[in-house]
Amino acid sequence: MAQHQVNYASAGGLPVALTTVDHLVNWGRSNSLWPLTYGLACCAIEMMASGASRYDFDRMGTIFRASPRQADVMILAGTLSKKHAEFARRLYDQMTEPKWVISMGSCANTGGMFNTYATVQGVDRIVPVDIYLPGCAPRPETLQYALMMLQKKIRRESANMKKNTKSNLRLI
Amino acid sequence: MRKYTPKDNVQKKAYYTNRYHVVPSVPTFAVESDEVFAKQLEILKAKVAVKSAKIMLGQMIVEINAEDNFIALETLKNECDYAMLSEMSAVDYLAKNGNFEVFYQLLNLKDVKRMRVVCRVAKGQAVESVVPLYKSANFAEREMFDMFGIVSNNHPFMKRILMPDDWEGHPLLKTYPLQGDEFASWYEVDKIFGKDAREAIGPENRDQAKIERYDTKRFSRVGYEVPFGADISKGETKTEIEYSKTLLVDYTKNSGKQLDNRK
Repeated sequence: MAQHQVNYASAGGLPVALTTVDHLVNWGRSNSLWPLTYGLACCAIEMMASGASRYDFDRMGTIFRASPRQADVMILAGTLSKKHAEFARRLYDQMTEPKWVISMGSCANTGGMFNTYATVQGVDRIVPVDIYLPGCAPRPETLQYALMMLQKKIRRESANMKKNTKSNLRLI
Repeated sequence: MRKYTPKDNVQKKAYYTNRYHVVPSVPTFAVESDEVFAKQLEILKAKVAVKSAKIMLGQMIVEINAEDNFIALETLKNECDYAMLSEMSAVDYLAKNGNFEVFYQLLNLKDVKRMRVVCRVAKGQAVESVVPLYKSANFAEREMFDMFGIVSNNHPFMKRILMPDDWEGHPLLKTYPLQGDEFASWYEVDKIFGKDAREAIGPENRDQAKIERYDTKRFSRVGYEVPFGADISKGETKTEIEYSKTLLVDYTKNSGKQLDNRK
């Protein structure tokens, strides 16, 4: 059996930690983000590298899930064509609440170099984006940093998603 | 003093031309110069009307009437051993000649010869499908329809291949704008949210370098952060940058986190 040593001087004499419900829920949410395995273009290669052993998303509790019904983060990694936009939105709609979106790379942010008739000029036209991640393509470290920023954002949120308006969710 | 030249319409004509540059032109040869091609052309001429024939870059280029395309390719496949259709599509010459040029690039593996069958098609005119002869024409003719609007008669599955089925317009026409027409610019919004959402979402931003000075909803200024959507038209105050504490490691001697204690 594990021997727990209680510091009676600092913890009020009790093996108890006090917190709020918001903190507890967000602690759980932010430390097990499950992104959707969903690649659109070359950014998806970097996303795969982030998930693989060298950069290892797993150590952040981030595990790619193959079904939108099990995922809570959508990483839009790459160029979104107008033909595909409705399917990306459908996948987003199939994800369960609470859900967040990372727009990865220049093409997803603004359409990037594809200033043409067939490319969606920024995925924020079809889904609400939480983190915009610049780069072409962003390195895995950048995606990890974006994910850490998303965790930070989640920790600031209220556990009650209805209370989360845009004004009180501003990042630094 | 240097002579002043107005630069208002400098884009209208080339401001620099190389005096020594000679526009390269591909030499053209008569079909009779190659006996294999000459024999194949005789076989073809017996079946269809040949408008012109020449050899460029070692390939025979034969122009025929658009109505004869199936018979011509059938003859070339069965009697001249052109077993492969390596490529086919069209070129938009509507502005220049008022028609499209449909071309079929053929490969003869037996004699190691390539040739191109070319025909002119007016706008709205259909061509006969060559899918019964060449399976590779299936997707190529669909792409030709998608990009130019040229229909192939008797095609097994005449539908768009690249653009969505409900797309309007044919993008490879010279008249089609590169950044899309009105329909294209609202396509995903109309399809997903409906036309009512246009106002809320707004038009596409096609200016990649666009930065709005007083927009605090989409742009933040490092060191001058203000609340979301605040009015900064009268200037913003300097605020300290908040760094993530998890990323800052104190590497001084006092810190317990000092990794390297060697001296």
